[in-house]
Amino acid sequence: MKIIAAMSGGVDSAVAAARAVEAGHEVIGVHLALSSNPQKYRSGARGCCTIEDSHDARRAADVIGIPFYIWDMADEFHAGVVENFMSEYAAGRTPNPCLRCNEKIKFAAVLDRAKAMGFDGVVTGHYARTQETSEGRTLHRAVDPLKDQSYVLAVLNREQINGAIFPLGDTEKVDIRIEAESRGLAVAQKPDSHDICFVPSGDNAGWLRDRLGSEVGPIVDQDGKKIGEHKGAYTYTIGQRKGLGLTVPTSDGSPRFVLKIEPVTNTVVVGAREDLAVTSMRGENPIFCGPEVGAAPQRGFVQVRAHGAALDCTYYMDNKILIAELDAPLLGLATGQAMVIYDGDRVVGSATICETA
Amino acid sequence: MSVYLDHAATTPMFDVAIDAMNTSLRKLGNPSSLHTEGRSTRKDVEDAREKIARVVGCLASEVIFTGSGTEANNAAIKGLFWNSPKKVIVVSSIEHHAVLDPAHWLVEHEGAELIEIPVTTHGVIDLDFLRKVITARGSEIALISVMHSNNETGVIQPVGEVVKLAGDIPVHTDAVQSFTKVPLSFNDLGLFAMTISGHKVGGPLGIGALILRRAVEIPALLHGGGQERDIRSGTLNAPSIVAFAAAVEAKLYDATKIAQMRDSFEAGVVALRPDAVINGHTAPRLPGISNITFPGTQSDSLLLLMDSEKVSCSTGAACTAGVHRPSHVLMAMGLTDVVSQSSLRFSFGTTNTQPDVEYALSVLPIVIERGLAAHAVGKK
Repeated sequence: MKIIAAMSGGVDSAVAAARAVEAGHEVIGVHLALSSNPQKYRSGARGCCTIEDSHDARRAADVIGIPFYIWDMADEFHAGVVENFMSEYAAGRTPNPCLRCNEKIKFAAVLDRAKAMGFDGVVTGHYARTQETSEGRTLHRAVDPLKDQSYVLAVLNREQINGAIFPLGDTEKVDIRIEAESRGLAVAQKPDSHDICFVPSGDNAGWLRDRLGSEVGPIVDQDGKKIGEHKGAYTYTIGQRKGLGLTVPTSDGSPRFVLKIEPVTNTVVVGAREDLAVTSMRGENPIFCGPEVGAAPQRGFVQVRAHGAALDCTYYMDNKILIAELDAPLLGLATGQAMVIYDGDRVVGSATICETA
Repeated sequence: MSVYLDHAATTPMFDVAIDAMNTSLRKLGNPSSLHTEGRSTRKDVEDAREKIARVVGCLASEVIFTGSGTEANNAAIKGLFWNSPKKVIVVSSIEHHAVLDPAHWLVEHEGAELIEIPVTTHGVIDLDFLRKVITARGSEIALISVMHSNNETGVIQPVGEVVKLAGDIPVHTDAVQSFTKVPLSFNDLGLFAMTISGHKVGGPLGIGALILRRAVEIPALLHGGGQERDIRSGTLNAPSIVAFAAAVEAKLYDATKIAQMRDSFEAGVVALRPDAVINGHTAPRLPGISNITFPGTQSDSLLLLMDSEKVSCSTGAACTAGVHRPSHVLMAMGLTDVVSQSSLRFSFGTTNTQPDVEYALSVLPIVIERGLAAHAVGKK
């Protein structure tokens, strides 16, 4: 097959591209320029689209021996990922921009462009596995549980999964670094990137404050009594305990946690730990790469954070809304996060959490 | 089959230049040393200087070797500016960044005022504009720099007219693309300064020259041993200088043959894609450069697809991150940023043959078809 290797400049995508070449594919490396004003250098493990990263990607492509180009996806990234990140926070939800990037950029804008140009698919360095089955290509967890990225890929539909190749899912990260070393790739020991690539400082709250302003508002308890003030409701996260700056103690001295963010009234609601408990969640805009889910309840797992646990649940659809009912309560679940349903290690599908109870 | 159509970026080195360079590389001696070896290498360098001067149309002492065309342009723009009490710099709006960027740097750091000469839709500078600027501000102008021909479109600029209008104002021309391709004489043009480069003319990378009129002294960018009229210190790069001269002296550039190939390519493109627009074709152009807009496409997709079909060409401008950017040259000619990002430059040279033209034309339909499709999904 003729495929595009999306190369971030990191070790994973470099090894993925090399493995795709060895598998006999005709591979062309592409680095996505996602910022219209890129930083020159990475600061620590943050960021993934600096000029230094694009040089690393180019060097890896040259060592592997494949052509390399840079595609400017800055406008698409801003519209599909960065603006979504801001508007979700402004609406009191907690978005996951890596998911949106996979959904809108890597496996949409890039895959569409690649197909139009005569390519068959896109290979990336994500840790996930696919299997060819009678139902088509299915998406599964990687063998390395610490690196498994099936959660952030669960926003892909069946067609997108059919156009995707993930060569690293069968290997542990530590072995990928060893392999990179043996392939002569200079990025073998480059630190993993985490945090949000377009917030290079790592200070999400500060980044949001700069862009959305910081309108002071009340912090209230569950009875609606004002017990403090915040500097911008969207800089708080459900379940957050630190940094609330409350001076009014609870009657029993127990700590308070953020329970709810109400953007319309710019209010942060706090309460006791046990009030964070969630036993069911509803998700909108479901996408299924696995078997279609109907109204009949089924047993499986739901995962609500990128590296969270797989929680035992019963799931079903109710009029375009995906519902998961947990066997055991979960503390602190923010709307806006993705709920991903698994059948064993197979991804069934995902939805954006819009309501919890 | 692979076809190299990017001779404006760099040219294959001529065999005579490689041979001259190899011989020189095996030879010991710093040209500034006073002993036998030094004198021998010095002789090679001065022989080379005279050969280049003959082709440039200048005195040997007017040839100052530099590490690149970019360095020569920087030395000329900054040097002529610092050499004058005047503060206005006049350049064309379609200069290479090696002229534009030092000019902008002087604005930001040295109190210069920059006036850019616009170009017509044909890609030629507006001489009326220049005439008015000189009439109104002539006494304030430190230097004028207008390239001899443009690197993206190949359009030849009326440098002789510029010199006439300039009177006593020093004029520099970046002749990196024109040198050895079209008739050109430093003396006859009456220039103060001119830039040439080795690797654009069948010579090696890493060698260029600033041609600077005798007795015009400019401040040095590199200080040290005082080589090259005290303007460009640093041990002379004898092997590259010798090879540069060998390439220039060989006179292997067949302008008529190259222009015929370019013209037949353009005729073929227009026959295949009647909506294709050849930028600057109404003006006098260099024999080898063709800049073509393919409406509804994006240059970076086209380049990838051409490269996949083993045809090497260029998109023109890219930023430091390697992202393709609209060409300031095409925009100065009145193209929109979208249209200017739908253009490719094909540049022909001495190693091309008519079968190369036919091969490039044979892959064009599929490349354009896929390029149109890729652009269409991007706008979805």
